[in-house]
Amino acid sequence: MVNDRQLDVLINDVFEYHGFDFSGYSRASLRRRVDRLVQLDGFADFALFLSKVRTDASYFKHMVEEITVNVTEMFRDPHFYKVLREEIVPVLATKPFIRIWHAGCSSGEEVYSMAILLQEANLLHKSLLYATDINPLVLDTAKKGIFPLRMIKSYSENYMASGGKKDFSGYYTANYGLAKFGEDLSAKMVFSLHNLVSDGSFNEFDLILCRNVLIYFDKDLQERALQLFDDSLAKLGYLALGTKETIKFSHMESRYEQQKKEKLWKKIK
Amino acid sequence: MEENKVVPRFKVVIIAGSAGSLEVLMQVLPKLKSTPAFALVIVLHRKNTEDNTLEELIAIKSHITVREVEDKTVLLPGFIYVAPSDYHLLFETNGELSLDTSEKINYSRPSIDVSFESAAQVYGPALTGILLSGANADGTHGLKIIKQQGGTVVIQDPATAEMPFMPRTALENITPHYVLDVPGLLGYINAIN
Repeated sequence: MVNDRQLDVLINDVFEYHGFDFSGYSRASLRRRVDRLVQLDGFADFALFLSKVRTDASYFKHMVEEITVNVTEMFRDPHFYKVLREEIVPVLATKPFIRIWHAGCSSGEEVYSMAILLQEANLLHKSLLYATDINPLVLDTAKKGIFPLRMIKSYSENYMASGGKKDFSGYYTANYGLAKFGEDLSAKMVFSLHNLVSDGSFNEFDLILCRNVLIYFDKDLQERALQLFDDSLAKLGYLALGTKETIKFSHMESRYEQQKKEKLWKKIK
Repeated sequence: MEENKVVPRFKVVIIAGSAGSLEVLMQVLPKLKSTPAFALVIVLHRKNTEDNTLEELIAIKSHITVREVEDKTVLLPGFIYVAPSDYHLLFETNGELSLDTSEKINYSRPSIDVSFESAAQVYGPALTGILLSGANADGTHGLKIIKQQGGTVVIQDPATAEMPFMPRTALENITPHYVLDVPGLLGYINAIN
């Protein structure tokens, strides 16, 4: 098992050699991810792993891909999507142009879910969905819109639970165990690398979704990311977080209004 | 890694289990003293639901206040914390709880191994891990780590478990400090201070 001191050395070296700053990541979670990687790649001891990370740029890239968590699903937490569909999308509809940012989009399942909501509300043509992640590998998957077919049954159930009325199979073509989602959905998506730790605001949005990303950060880094979202949200724009994440206790809480009991806040000032 | 450990001001007790463990909790919780000197954490394999039925049930059955677990909730003595569905529950050295949606472990999220191991690294000898009834092998590895880090290992007597596989697997792999039936568990927990 990796200990605290080894983790500190890794964080320092990664910053020194590659310029990536993991010091604000949740230690408990980071330690598990590093443990897993050291085991997975069969390193006899931590020193060998560390030396590989320092000296081999392609291995470092692999490390970033592996220690970031990329578990996601379509219409994750269907109730949240039901609220989006019924309460938020109708508000967005009044705008001439809709800008949405999925921060930490992973392999894109939630971006395609959002595109489906917008298409069903006949709003996709005037929307732009920016989807960013720190991990280039998952962004490639997201761009292609190809997901494992074995997941489709649960995605289809999620879709219906979120208030979807159409035949879900109309959104993808199945082939060799894969489901490819239509290019009409991805036409309005822009994928880009973005690091919430070090990169700044790049546009103004009406809705920012960052669900189950902040849990991997410590409180200081969470505060920084929330500031970045605040800087990137238009007035009366919405911020959506994961079911166990909150802006409570953050400096911006007083300027945001929680929507019912959802993890969804409206910027009121 | 001993020198990196924080010196916690209070003890932490994790009760964990799978199938058949809720029934045990329903017998034990109503009889626990209302303001324990330790933090009580409950990690159960549970359906992935968006509601808080389990938390509500535990709150009804217990005199100890249940604190809702969100990301970075601070662990304090005198309260019950329930691992939320579909997240692994982790322990930070500064006393906060972290949540993690990474891959399932032993087909489970929350996984008992994950919480046991993470808590053992932070709380060491101040941690007690109690493994109840269940039908899979989750928990065994975590109990090993708890023992390695100087914590206390308690396993429900498989003969009294509705699903003996989980406690039996643990017993085959480690020697616990205690093997207890339900009244024994109750007495043991109430004696912790």
